[in-house]
Amino acid sequence: MLSRFIADCKKYMYYAYYSAKAELKAEVANSRLNWVWWVLEPFCFMLIYTLVFGVIFNHKEKYFPAFVFLGLTAWDFFNKNMHNSVKMIKNNKSIVSKIYLPKFILILSKMMVNGFKMTISCGLVVLMMIFYRVEISWRILCVIPILLTLFAVTFGFMTFLLHFGVFIEDLSNVVNIALRLIFYLTGVFYNVETRLVGKIPEFGIEAIRYGNPMALILSSLRRCLLYNETPEMVPLMIWLVLGIIISVLGIRMIYKNENSYVKVI
Amino acid sequence: MSKVPSAISVKDLYISYKTIQSYSIKKSLLSGKKSDSDVFEAVKGVSFEVPKGQILGITGKNGSGKSTLLRALAGIFSADSGSIDLHGNSVSLLSIGVGFQPKLSGRENIMLSGLLLGFSEAEIRKKMDKIINFSELGDFIDRPVRTYSSGMYSKLAFSITAILETDIMLIDEVLSVGDEKFKKKSYKKMKKLISQEDRTVVIVSHSLSMLNDLCDNLMWLHDGEIRMMGETSEVLPAYREFMN
Repeated sequence: MLSRFIADCKKYMYYAYYSAKAELKAEVANSRLNWVWWVLEPFCFMLIYTLVFGVIFNHKEKYFPAFVFLGLTAWDFFNKNMHNSVKMIKNNKSIVSKIYLPKFILILSKMMVNGFKMTISCGLVVLMMIFYRVEISWRILCVIPILLTLFAVTFGFMTFLLHFGVFIEDLSNVVNIALRLIFYLTGVFYNVETRLVGKIPEFGIEAIRYGNPMALILSSLRRCLLYNETPEMVPLMIWLVLGIIISVLGIRMIYKNENSYVKVI
Repeated sequence: MSKVPSAISVKDLYISYKTIQSYSIKKSLLSGKKSDSDVFEAVKGVSFEVPKGQILGITGKNGSGKSTLLRALAGIFSADSGSIDLHGNSVSLLSIGVGFQPKLSGRENIMLSGLLLGFSEAEIRKKMDKIINFSELGDFIDRPVRTYSSGMYSKLAFSITAILETDIMLIDEVLSVGDEKFKKKSYKKMKKLISQEDRTVVIVSHSLSMLNDLCDNLMWLHDGEIRMMGETSEVLPAYREFMN
């Protein structure tokens, strides 16, 4: 399977890249201001969360707007990818029913689209870091394993959603609810490490911090980018490995079933 | 018959739609049972060989499994049992629309379709103008495909598969493409394409006159089984009689 996966990647990678590029171009072509939305949308949400939670609920994280924005940037990437993968096969029906392509290529292409938007948003994070004169050191390099973990986990989950999205018609409703729950348990606008202390039992906090990969990824990103601290590498590495295992299982499942998808849609 | 290597070998092919049915969580929660799974066997135990360079026609009444068989040959459908061996040939399915992304322009869709057909970026760029010329789309080529009329859509689809040539061409009722003029042109092009010595072609059609005109051999599918297969001149009269 591994050799098939590598061969397919080689053969179709340019397709995924070209398709992602064309999709981004098409988004911009519809209205010239569209790329502004890639920045404006997370920026406005940052303002809202900063206002609601920073002012009204009086959260006192250091660099709170940057804290929220960094969280939103990573969360949006994850969230959009999850949403998109449930209906991925149906939305690409015209291609899937006419010609063979490894279905995980669709996932890669979508990740490139959302990854590009995340990169733009990251540019804004850098601007905010400069604005706040955030202290940086070699620890900033920890961003690389964190992002790798984010990609592996996202890809792994997407393979499963893509597969089950074909067979379960109303999966998207369930996924919406689940994503909303995870969103609140991820700590986009609060610090999962400190805010929950004393409100829920200790093991509950541990479960949220380490059991929810997004919470772990967000707090790790903040530690190394905003607060000049080393992220917790061990749980991160565990999730990286888990993400790879989930991805391998997902790809195997897709390979086994992908030619049946057309029969269902 | 002389010994010509096979381009397509199909052995004991079964394809059914029974095992997989999408279901909804809501429905199964409310009714407390799984949604019914209809068993529908589209292709039942078909075996045949197509020698390299042959033009094979497939006909049969609606729902006899023609398109399913063609899609299986294209690698889109999985077989429940049996095997399909294309002996390493590249294959393209030419039906109404190669599969376009409606949001993207015609030019981008040419590139994407070409990549999926297994051509390199350079090869496609080289043939890009030829495809655009043949499709007669003019300025529309840089507009999103969703703005195309159905005729323009099929013209583009036809042009891509006609210019980017693969070893095996699978054709699904394609000659009803575009206006009268384009129809004639595409028919001529198709004839030229499929009459090339080393190209193997499988055509699914209801048009008996066309099959008679183009095909060396003819397969008559009936309810997922081969009712008759042989030279066009033998099978065609029998089928004609059956349909009347």
